[in-house]
This record gives sequence, structure tokens and C-alpha cells, in this order.
Amino acid sequence: MSEITHDTLTGSAEDGQRLQFHETTEHHPETGTLLGFWIYLMSDCLIFASLFATYGVLGRSYAHGPTGQELFDLPLVAMNTTLLLLSSITYGFAMLRMQMGRLGGVMVWLAITGLLGAGFLGLELYEFHHLITEDAGPGRSAFLSSFFALVGTHGLHVLFGIVWLVTLLFQLKKHGLIAENRRRLFCLSMFWHFLDVVWIGVFTFVYLMGVLP
Amino acid sequence: MSQTDHAHDAHGHDHHDDAPHSTFKGYMTGFVLSVILTAIPFWLVMAGVIKDSGMTALVILGFAAVQIVVHMIYFLHMNFHSQGGWNMLALIFTGVIVFIVLAGSLWVMYHMNVNMMPGLMKEYL
Repeated sequence: MSEITHDTLTGSAEDGQRLQFHETTEHHPETGTLLGFWIYLMSDCLIFASLFATYGVLGRSYAHGPTGQELFDLPLVAMNTTLLLLSSITYGFAMLRMQMGRLGGVMVWLAITGLLGAGFLGLELYEFHHLITEDAGPGRSAFLSSFFALVGTHGLHVLFGIVWLVTLLFQLKKHGLIAENRRRLFCLSMFWHFLDVVWIGVFTFVYLMGVLP
Repeated sequence: MSQTDHAHDAHGHDHHDDAPHSTFKGYMTGFVLSVILTAIPFWLVMAGVIKDSGMTALVILGFAAVQIVVHMIYFLHMNFHSQGGWNMLALIFTGVIVFIVLAGSLWVMYHMNVNMMPGLMKEYL
């Protein structure tokens, strides 16, 4: 008993360690980046909120042009929604492989996620092209302007998500599952799932409610 | 001496990971729920199950709200203790702002349309 006390005391004395009642290092949480990124996503959420509000106000101002009921192709939207939902779960699988520390699995699932995202973008571009050739481009009416602004912004986010994902694939190939890459994977995970949440709003508020008589 | 050093070291380099721990079960639960919550609104609208448009709109908005919560819990791992609760606080704050932006814009612009341009409204609707 006394030995331990003695040992401890001399030990701290020899090391020049004194009792300290303040923190000597900065006390940031280890993963402060994740909180910062979450706050960025929340600010992104506000951008989408204003675009949704714009669409909500202008969404029925057709200016004698085509209406949502005439333009929207629900099977195509259902297809798009399926692709995005699937890409969410495949990203989830990538995260699970990351927890197991399997680099190959992470990269395969990430690649599948990227392909699903690219499929989503392809279908969306096809839809936009189709609308514009039908003389229902963003200049046709306030409804179409707000539609293109909202859905286009979401599409741009997906595009940048894919760019990020491909970059991350190269980083993973080069450095493996280091702490930095894990952090990046977590951030992209939040970004990707967040885009899925925004898409829920888009398909409900824009497409499904747009075709209601 | 070595004992204290070791104890101090262990504390100093203790990388307690704040990042959420995901499970296969969690992701699958979220996925199955979101498939169901997506399929029902599409079916309601495409098959025209409910005759009244306003009622259909309310129901599918309800489904969307539930699905957003499902995604937040199972995919984005939201809870009250990640990052010491700051994640949730930021989310709640954003939710309040989003509600004000959406409800306020719709409310104000609707009344502007109805009260200030009655003639134009009929023409452009």
C-alpha cells in the first residue's frame, strides 16, 4: 500500500508532473469535423427550404403553359427514387465494410453507389432534355422556372457528391483506410443521405402533389 | 513509475470515436421502412385511391414526414447524444427556420395574391 503511494509520488516528482487543475491540451471533440459538416448540411437545408418555398408559391403559375399533370412522368420519377434509395443502402454497406476494416469491400460498395447516383443523374438529364424539347424549358412559366431551380439544384448536389465519391475512391486506393479517409467517408455518408432526405421532399411536394388534379 | 506513465499515456491517446457505429440491422430496417413509405404514396397517387386531392396531398405529406424521420434515425444516425447533443440542437434550430420560411412564404404570398391582384389572379390561374 505504502509502496504504491511512494512509487506514485516519486514517479510524478521525477517526471516533473504536478497536479494540474486545468487542461493542457485543447479540448475539441475528436470528430469536430463531423459536427462542422453537419452544420454545413443544415445551412444547405436552408437553401433547399427557400427553393421549396419558391416552388410552393409559384408552382401553380402556369402562364397558360403546360401543367405538372401534363408534364410529369411518374414511372420515371419512381425509377429515379428507387435508384437513390438503393444508393443510400449501398453506401450504408460501404460504411459497414469500413467498420470491419475491409478496404476492398468499401471500394466496391462505393463504386456501386456512384453508379446508382450516375444512373439517377442520367434519368434526370433525360427528363430535363425531354421537357426542354417539348417547349417546357425553365423560361416557359414561373412554375417551370421554380421546378428547374429546385430539381436542378438537387441534381447539382448529386453531381458534386459523385465527384467527391470518385475522388475518395482514389484517396482510398492510395492511402487505405486511414483516419482521414474514415472521416471523409463519414462526411460523404452524411452528404449522400442528406440528399436522399431532400429527394423525399422533391418527389412528394413537386411530382406527386404536382400531378394531383 | 512506469505504471503512472502508462496510465497517463493511455488517457492522452484515448481516441474515443464520436462517430456513430452502424449496424447491418439498422440499415436494413431503415431501407425496408423507406421502401414501404415511398411505395405507398406513389401507389396512392398513381392509382388514384383517394378521390379528394387535398386529402391525398395531406396523406402523402404525412408519409414524407415519417420517411424523413426514418432516414434521420437509421441513415443519418441522429440521436440526442451524438456530439454532445449539438447535432440535434442544430437540426431542431434548422427545423424551426425551415418551418418559418416555408409556412411564412406560402402564407404571405397567398394573401398577397388574393388581396392585391384579384383580376390578374383569375387570368393567370
